[in-house]
Amino acid sequence: MMAMDQTLGILFQLCQSLLVVMLAPLLMGWVGQCRAWLQNRSGPGLLQPYRSLRKLFHKDAVLAHNASPLFRATPYILFGCMWLAAAIIPIIAVDLPFSPAADVIALVGVFALARVFISLAAMDIGTAFGSLGARREMLVSFLAEPALLMVFFTSSLISHSTQLPHIVDTFAHHEFVLYPSLAFAGLAFVIVLLAENARIPVDNPSTHLELTMVHEAMILEYSARHLALVEWASSLKLLAYISIGIALFLPHGIAEVGNWGALPLAIAALLTKLALAGAGLALLETFLAKMRIFRVPEFLGTAFLLAVLGLLIHFLLGA
Amino acid sequence: MSITHPNLRLTKLAGATPAWMGDIQAQDLQPICQNIHDGGGRLVALWGSDRRATQQGFALHTLLVNETGLICLNLPLEEDHPAYPDISRIFPAANRMQRAVYDLLGIYAHEGGDHRKWLRHGAWHGGSFPLRKDFNAAQSRTDELDAYPFVPVEGIGVHEIPVGPVHAGIIEPGHFRFSILGEKVLRLEERLGYTHKGTEKLFESMTLQQGAKLAGRVSGDSAVAYAWAYSMAAESIAHVTPPDRALWLRALLLERERVANHLGDLGYLGNDVALSFGFAQFWILKEQLLRNNAALFGHRYLKDKIIPGGVAADLSAESKHVIEKECAMLEREVRLLRGIYDEHAGMQDRFIGAGRVEPKLAARLGLCGLAGRASSQAWDARVQFPCAPYDKLDVQLATYRNGDVAARVIVRFDELFESLRLQREILVNLMHGDELALPLEKLPGNGFGIGMAEGWRGEVVVAIHTDTEGNLARVHPHDPSWQNWPVLEHAVLGNIVPDFPLINKSFNLSYSGHDL
Repeated sequence: MMAMDQTLGILFQLCQSLLVVMLAPLLMGWVGQCRAWLQNRSGPGLLQPYRSLRKLFHKDAVLAHNASPLFRATPYILFGCMWLAAAIIPIIAVDLPFSPAADVIALVGVFALARVFISLAAMDIGTAFGSLGARREMLVSFLAEPALLMVFFTSSLISHSTQLPHIVDTFAHHEFVLYPSLAFAGLAFVIVLLAENARIPVDNPSTHLELTMVHEAMILEYSARHLALVEWASSLKLLAYISIGIALFLPHGIAEVGNWGALPLAIAALLTKLALAGAGLALLETFLAKMRIFRVPEFLGTAFLLAVLGLLIHFLLGA
Repeated sequence: MSITHPNLRLTKLAGATPAWMGDIQAQDLQPICQNIHDGGGRLVALWGSDRRATQQGFALHTLLVNETGLICLNLPLEEDHPAYPDISRIFPAANRMQRAVYDLLGIYAHEGGDHRKWLRHGAWHGGSFPLRKDFNAAQSRTDELDAYPFVPVEGIGVHEIPVGPVHAGIIEPGHFRFSILGEKVLRLEERLGYTHKGTEKLFESMTLQQGAKLAGRVSGDSAVAYAWAYSMAAESIAHVTPPDRALWLRALLLERERVANHLGDLGYLGNDVALSFGFAQFWILKEQLLRNNAALFGHRYLKDKIIPGGVAADLSAESKHVIEKECAMLEREVRLLRGIYDEHAGMQDRFIGAGRVEPKLAARLGLCGLAGRASSQAWDARVQFPCAPYDKLDVQLATYRNGDVAARVIVRFDELFESLRLQREILVNLMHGDELALPLEKLPGNGFGIGMAEGWRGEVVVAIHTDTEGNLARVHPHDPSWQNWPVLEHAVLGNIVPDFPLINKSFNLSYSGHDL
């Protein structure tokens, strides 16, 4: 029975890994489609990100003459980091074999690792835009990271663990409690999500104005399969972030330890939550304008403040 | 004409625009310009002509404007050393025009501080001049590299960002050299001329009618303004006044062009602050207008509808009804959208204070047109020099004094509503049954005429010189972008780099109309 459980566990871990990597572009397509609908446009359809990836993989890569191996390796590292992150976050079941690795501080580290590489790669070829983008990315992320950690600490204090599966288990499968501290942490998390995924109002993923770009400026020199991997990694990152959000604030419906029969329902619940989160993101992006870059520190400062408030409330109310 | 100078004899030109012309000597150019400048006048255009075939040597034509009208100063220049006194210290806008005149004709300004090339990149070599009549294109080809010394800015932490001419999106080519400290812009230097295509040279081989088609294509977004200015110049030479109905229709077309462009720009300004909602809404409205243009007049951008002598499109009673309905719809929708733009905190935060041009600076640099009106420069040819039918329309000038992106948005909204009102009024006054165009096949010989129309961007001027047989000897189309591009370099100072695209879009200047 034990051995059977382990085999099943590995099988499901594989399933989740494949599911996230295949699902991530669809999430991007869904967000794009929702934005189009909200703006009175017909939109390119849900499958557009897949078509773009296919197109990019069929092109010949062009590299700058002075590109170092770091520049070539970065798309793979980026893709690897994001895939790993998206694969270990408990989204359908809590006790998959890789689950113990899903420590929230480790997750922040994985995101930071990817960021270091993409920023180095952006500066590697020495164009003005690469450095410009890298500089702005650092400005955004060094403010976003502490806020994210504070959000995680709030949940960790409630569940007495920094391991995501344990946090999820606490929230989803024990008696239902309303945590006021989590409301603040949730708001802070949404802000961090927008900033970290280069979404409006911090960055505009669909802009063609190179001087205003943050994330896009860093990847301007990438083409073909490299660009495809970078884009795919971006969609995986968005999926990972939304998954973390779901795990922390809305884990209800996730399968319990050893309860494999609950999986179909868990997957249905997950898809519904992702769709809702994507639609919410599109709505936010439709009614917000992009802020001036020097407003971003204030915006992320607000996130940090909210997260700290969440912590304080936890200590004051014990909830 | 309220300009006094002992050596200036002005003669009035015929035609719809109040314009005078006078021959002057080299030593009088600067004093007369200073005189006009001190009286509140501006430089409108500067061009040269090769007169070796008809008279002698070359000539420099300086077009100025004051409150009474246009003044064209003709300065004859000798063939061997065609030089004239520099006027860029009086009118800073003259700098690039003087450099362009040298690139194209080889006549140059004495003591001008800046002698760098302007329109010439690497397409012809420095010693040959395309607008001279004896220019040989085949022999002037060159493979020389395009070297252009930008003004360097030095200091600890200062660095340059070169942007363009190839951009990340599909937009027109221009090179922008930013010297920045962190995100702050210390200096911006523009380099234009990438869309130079020999438009002026092409005019010289064309008939009057072909020229009208080309004029409508000088800058695609101002097809009506250019075609009208060109036709006005031709009519001035031929002493022809188009039929009443044609003039009313021209005004209708010009206002429709203004509405279309303002709608498009307001959408783009939304897009540049990532408010795609506004972009989509305004472009739906613009598209409906363009489709109505295609259905009513046969062309989305109204090209070739204004011809020398009149117009080439009519409006039936049913079509009138379509425009009335469209105006009502636009009025309603744009009012709604204006409310959203005005109340959107994130958007106003980006607009207010960005790219400010103080009225004083605007006056000093000669900022004109829509951007000028947003900085208190109250010039509008439809108001100051109303040619028929604007003399019966009482156009309301839209001005604002803040000179920032928000002000340019406000002026666009105000002008849009005014244009809708004008369209309605034109429809009321449009009489039936009149003829649409007088025959105007050929111009008289040795003629000179100027036409001016207030396009959506500002005053569009076309000057025509004819040779002894009445063919087009020299046609000079002038876009208001010539005056406004240099001001953009000042508008962006002290702003941050990511705000430049928004500031640039709020001016929305022409590349094609400038590079010719």
